Amino acid sequence: MTVFIIRRLLQAALVVLLMSLIVFFGVNVIGDPIDMLINPEADQAEIERAIKALGLDRPIGEQYLFFLKGVASGDFGRSFIFGEPALKLILHHMPATVELALVALIMAILIGIPLGLFAGLYPDNPVARGIMAGSILGFSLPTFWVGLMMIILFAVVLGWLPATGRGDTAVFLGIKSSAFTRDGLSHLAMPALNLALLKISLVIRLTRAGAREAMHQDYIKFARAKGLRTRRVIGVHLLKNIMIPVVTVLGLEFGNLLAFSVVTESIFAWPGMGKLLIESLLQLDRPVVVAYLMIIVVVFVIINLAVDILYSILDPRVRLREQGT
Amino acid sequence: MSVLEVAGLRTHFFTRAGVVKAVDGVDFTLERGQVMGLVGESGSGKTVTGFSILGLVDPPGRIVGGSIRYRGEELVGAPDERLRELRGNRIAMIFQDPMMTLNPVLRIDTQMVEAIQAHESISKKAAWERARDGLGQVGIPSPEERLRAYPHQLSGGMRQRVTIAIAFLNNPELIIADEPTTALDVTIQAQIIYEAQKVCRERGAAMIWITHDLAVVAGLADRICVMYAGRIVEAGPTDDVIDRPLHPYTVGLLGSVPSANKRGQRLNQIPGMTPNMLALPKGCAFRERCSRASDACLVNPDITEPAAGRAIRCFHPHGIEVPA
Amino acid sequence: MSVHADRAPGAPEIRVETPFQRFRSEFFESRIATFALGLLALIIVLALLAPWITPQNPYDLAQVDVLDGKLPPGSVAYTGYTMWLGSDGAGRDLYSAILYGLRISISVGVASGVIAMAIGSTIGLIAAYAGGRVETVVMRLVDLQLSFPAALIALMLVAVLGRGIDKIIIALVAAQWAYYARTVRGSALVESAKEYVEAARCLGLGHARIVFRHILPNCLSPLIVVGTVQTAHAIALEATLSFLGVGLRQTEPSLGVLIANGFEYMMSGRYWISFFPGIALLLTIVSINLVGDQLRDVLNPRLKK
Repeated sequence: MTVFIIRRLLQAALVVLLMSLIVFFGVNVIGDPIDMLINPEADQAEIERAIKALGLDRPIGEQYLFFLKGVASGDFGRSFIFGEPALKLILHHMPATVELALVALIMAILIGIPLGLFAGLYPDNPVARGIMAGSILGFSLPTFWVGLMMIILFAVVLGWLPATGRGDTAVFLGIKSSAFTRDGLSHLAMPALNLALLKISLVIRLTRAGAREAMHQDYIKFARAKGLRTRRVIGVHLLKNIMIPVVTVLGLEFGNLLAFSVVTESIFAWPGMGKLLIESLLQLDRPVVVAYLMIIVVVFVIINLAVDILYSILDPRVRLREQGT
Repeated sequence: MSVLEVAGLRTHFFTRAGVVKAVDGVDFTLERGQVMGLVGESGSGKTVTGFSILGLVDPPGRIVGGSIRYRGEELVGAPDERLRELRGNRIAMIFQDPMMTLNPVLRIDTQMVEAIQAHESISKKAAWERARDGLGQVGIPSPEERLRAYPHQLSGGMRQRVTIAIAFLNNPELIIADEPTTALDVTIQAQIIYEAQKVCRERGAAMIWITHDLAVVAGLADRICVMYAGRIVEAGPTDDVIDRPLHPYTVGLLGSVPSANKRGQRLNQIPGMTPNMLALPKGCAFRERCSRASDACLVNPDITEPAAGRAIRCFHPHGIEVPA
Repeated sequence: MSVHADRAPGAPEIRVETPFQRFRSEFFESRIATFALGLLALIIVLALLAPWITPQNPYDLAQVDVLDGKLPPGSVAYTGYTMWLGSDGAGRDLYSAILYGLRISISVGVASGVIAMAIGSTIGLIAAYAGGRVETVVMRLVDLQLSFPAALIALMLVAVLGRGIDKIIIALVAAQWAYYARTVRGSALVESAKEYVEAARCLGLGHARIVFRHILPNCLSPLIVVGTVQTAHAIALEATLSFLGVGLRQTEPSLGVLIANGFEYMMSGRYWISFFPGIALLLTIVSINLVGDQLRDVLNPRLKK
């Protein structure tokens, strides 16, 4: 097991390195590094000083190492707009995004799995058919459009929920989150649902496909032949087999959630990393963009690693095969 | 009272291509402790018969007629919960392919303990011990280790022994074994047959051994029922059926078994092919492959009993002269 | 693909159906998919005919008058024609704007899809056929890219490249090629192992010829399915990027840009400026997905019972 983890960690480190190369060269070769890293509104003397300080007059190889050094110590330069260190800015906005993504993920699991299971076990039921039709709509509808419609419906027309912003936060078990206050929840509801919609559709389809395939397997029939209650046949035998692909996909899709949060946060003015990214992009606040890209890469790599490990824990066949090598 | 009485069982599958009469007239009786061999080729309906007894026929199939009495209690049309109580408890089943019948993501002990706890309020520890003893009784060495393993860590023969052990966990009165040795090596086959027989005799359980291989049941069963195209065509005590087969199909089956005293002679094949279950020939299903068929065979023959304990579904059984 | 006609000598004549005919009849078994296909065809036709069936060219400044702006659906414009879907902030007839927008959205989506398919398929084929180190390296790259969501990759590229139709297409292609590569490589692997490839090799046929004329046609089914779904994704992705303001510019107004323009008017109740382009986008994507779904069910051998 340890060998497995170490191997994956090494691969992960390699990926981060590769991505840093891409980001660096993307920024320096395609864009203009002076615009990227130095505030274009500074006067000439400042620009020259900054160039020297950032080592932009050095050969490119050296510049890359300099960049890596900065990355390793968390220094991505300062935001043009806010003046704060880029990394600090992003980390400051991260909790809001993570909160949104987690709530969306939980929604996807709690809503998607039961619905998908039902659709898979009773495929000819009209409700099941409706669920499947809904799931096609769910992943066809562009997230941003659904968000817009939700705002129109629930905020403008019905006036039930606030249209934008994050609500009050409260601390529970040492975690500060807006999910713990009523005001916070009312602000969370729409963005989280908007973000979750795609995932819910995905989970429904996955669970349904898994259930349909698994139901016809011999081990299900054998479980019934042993006289087990239906509850146990479905809840233990079926579910455990379906869980493996579902969990894997969900884990990987968590990364997708972080990416799509960009859209949802923009529409609902949710103060997270995604909104920060878009604003930085539009305002050409390059240091923040670069910092965001690198952080996302690291987050992704960690998620992939976690999912790999989780998968091997869940599926004994994989775990034992890894141990055997 | 007999353990099992099946009368006029008919199980049909309503598919888009048509109705498949998988079981279309099966009658037999099984006494306590008896072993019956249910013999037939693939598609003859023997597995479906087994499933019908346990009420495990899935749509688009269902039992359309007949009766199945377990110790006098009618199972056809019985409530699901009652059937569930009986399954794995009083009537158990052993499946053909142990790789697919054991759930690959659950441990052996989980799958055995749950079979016990589904029918009895018993502590996990006690159930675990019973499982361990069960494994020991089917000849599995170091059962504690095996219990903690996953199915794919065991060999094919071992897995099948586990399924046999599971079948016997709750001391059932009837075991339905559906081709349990077909997927195994020949050497293992003999061992498995021996283990199954032993446990059966020890516990006094009745067994239906479903197979396509006559040789397997010859030494194992007390009675043999031969199935063809969903119907029982011949039944009787094993020795009787093997030494004096009456139905042309049975004769063909026995004649096609390679054996020492026919060395050098050509193997006798039954001419023709298994019938398409969607388009059975009119009358006797074996008519088109039978050398003894006549116009009388355009009507499906009923079961007749030429002697005590013998049954035959044929107008021209062997032992009776065929009119020219 | 060969046509199988099992005939024992003397057996009765069997009506032989070409694979395409069978595919066609199975596809149209689903009423929903048939309807979706019809809808999609209608949308494409409307988009193609846009300049001839719209009362106004919304991008010809001479035809647009800001006094016509923000009119609700059904109003009559200054110049006399009816604006069935209302007008946007600058006075453009929404119906016309939507049809022109459809052209851009669909062409960007399809163009990026086709290019990504060409690039991805070639890479996948090469990887599968060459095997060995080449394959391992290529597939690792593919896996790497696939572990990142397409949206993010597109976003990253757009961040670096900037806005504009050509850059968007590049970003979309970069985000999608990996899906095609993986699909094609999977099928090609299966095909390469088959005997007819051995036979072709023995005949001394050149590699390129074997790959393109023999293996590729048999990989087409999964490729078609992936292509359909990916095109829908590409269209949605472009709309998302444009909506966020980092995609197409105002001068190349796809449906996403239109929706973005209408965003500011939503709170004041002039919902139609975003709503109708949104519906058009939706209908396009949903119909493509429905068709793709049915294609997948029909072409997937594993689901055949």
